[in-house]
Amino acid sequence: MSFPWAKEYQPQNGVTKFLDEKLPLPRLVYNAVGAGYPVPRNLSYFWNFGVLAGFFLVVQIITGVVLAMHYAANTQVAFASVEHIMRDVNWGWLMRYTHANGASFFFVVVYIHIFRGLFYASYKPPREMIWLLGVTIFLLMMATAFMGYVLPWGQMSFWGAQVITGLFEAIPLVGPPLKTWLLGGFAPDNAALNRFFSLHFLLPFVIAGCVILHIWALHIPGSSNPTGVEVKSESDTLPFHPYYTAKDGFGLGVALIIFMAFVFFLPNQLGHPDNYIEANPLSTPAHIVPEWYFYPFYAILRAFTFDFILPAKLWGVLAMFSSILVWFFLPWLDKSPVRSGHYRPLFRKFFWFGLIPTMAALFYLGGAPAEEPYVMLSQIFTAYYFLHFLVILPIISSIERPDPLPFSITEAVLGSDKKAVLGENAEPAV
Amino acid sequence: MASTTGNAEATPDVTGAVEGDDGVRRRDFINIAAVSAAGVGGLAVVYPLVSQMAPSADVLAESTTELDITTLEAGQSIKAVFRKQPVFVRRLTQAEIDAANAVDVSSLRDPATLDEITQPGHGDVLVVMGVCTHLGCVPLGAQEGENKGEFGGYFCPCHGSHYDTAARIRKGPAPTNLAVPEYQFTSDTTIVIG
Repeated sequence: MSFPWAKEYQPQNGVTKFLDEKLPLPRLVYNAVGAGYPVPRNLSYFWNFGVLAGFFLVVQIITGVVLAMHYAANTQVAFASVEHIMRDVNWGWLMRYTHANGASFFFVVVYIHIFRGLFYASYKPPREMIWLLGVTIFLLMMATAFMGYVLPWGQMSFWGAQVITGLFEAIPLVGPPLKTWLLGGFAPDNAALNRFFSLHFLLPFVIAGCVILHIWALHIPGSSNPTGVEVKSESDTLPFHPYYTAKDGFGLGVALIIFMAFVFFLPNQLGHPDNYIEANPLSTPAHIVPEWYFYPFYAILRAFTFDFILPAKLWGVLAMFSSILVWFFLPWLDKSPVRSGHYRPLFRKFFWFGLIPTMAALFYLGGAPAEEPYVMLSQIFTAYYFLHFLVILPIISSIERPDPLPFSITEAVLGSDKKAVLGENAEPAV
Repeated sequence: MASTTGNAEATPDVTGAVEGDDGVRRRDFINIAAVSAAGVGGLAVVYPLVSQMAPSADVLAESTTELDITTLEAGQSIKAVFRKQPVFVRRLTQAEIDAANAVDVSSLRDPATLDEITQPGHGDVLVVMGVCTHLGCVPLGAQEGENKGEFGGYFCPCHGSHYDTAARIRKGPAPTNLAVPEYQFTSDTTIVIG
């Protein structure tokens, strides 16, 4: 589906005419990311991050396939095979550093993408399905990243595998046998390493499939925009190409500069030195933490230190999973008819002074040692986190008096919605 | 960016759609420059992605083999390994040398004399790769009791290539003689291959 004024694909020569009749792939691309997809004209740079996330998925798949050509998933040689990649394989160091930092950057852009969605309430009707698919993609990313971190078979790999599979042990009755089944043993060993490698290779393609559904679902209502006002007429939109290919291209250039600065100059900045020590099942490192992108959820896991009806361990696991699962319910928790945080004064205050500092604090606390005052702070911020989504957001949406919305996107951009003025400027120049 | 203030007369050419004094549109220049930069960047990415599949440093480090042939007597062969591939080293008998020299070189598919295949002063030591030049099987004949083919050298059982006592192709589908690796005698009885 698209807006009625979307440009129709016109095959230019014999080859594209033939393809258009037999397999209209060029038409699909044209309507997805070409001139055939009309996009609101007022998108800010926050709307770059979906494309950036897609880009980093591709980077991860390409470098990952390359690494899998040289890596050996066997506890006897896995650690050495990573050193082999670093020292012997042509450009192996570049492939591995790009892959390791690519994971971090994938999460950076996805976090910004998610917070864009939260601030502009992109999850609201008619875009609930896009949001649900997005949360699913995020969960798949977490599973993939975790299993990837196990593969080098360093100390952090091993103890990460031990701790994360230990989460399943908290489940009543079936927990301990479930953990043993997941690992294929009583502790992480060859069986676990092999299945993690297999799944780490598989899941990115599942993610790619979900991304296709995510984009498909997006193209039914079309992209949201910073005003939250739906597209009303042709003057509200611009063709994706060349306008947003150019804007996304610029954003991609900036992202690549920062990314390459890490790959070439700070390649181990986001990792843990302990993972350059080979896995030792008899000795846990003094301070084990997950990769930085799991910190907020790790802080929530560790915040539960007391038994209350259920054991503390189970509370922690439930809370950690719930902290992401709660996102699935956002479209129905936030009842406000207004989308954009720009026109929601109360929502905006709680977003910038409640949710954002809470997430920042949880990020910090997840990497801090498990001792006071960090434990208590984790408990306070975990409490606010759930309060925000489950209580504050529903209350705000019923008591808040939103600011007046612009009549249309065009009016928000130009201050008036005169078609005559737009006649000249809204045409895409090729 | 299609930014506009809505005041057409007072707006300078921010879109670059207007031709400048030099007859070049600013937009065309930016477009060509950006696409060129992306193209160069793309090639810079492709190079390491292709190169990573070439032999790695540890594989290249295995590329010499030293052999001691003190105990090798006339009519005997040894199989060695060079770059994970078999090498046949054979000390030829006088009968084998005579047989090899009796052939009319111009009648061969891959003309070469025994002297060209062996090294000066070591005309009785035949060093060839044990890899059939047809499709890469290991020919028979290096070991006692194996089929040496119709010409008394090597015989590849996969597709029936017959090599003579100088490892030259005489019959069958193989296009060239068994390859001679780069090697040298570091003493009368020591060969370094590679």
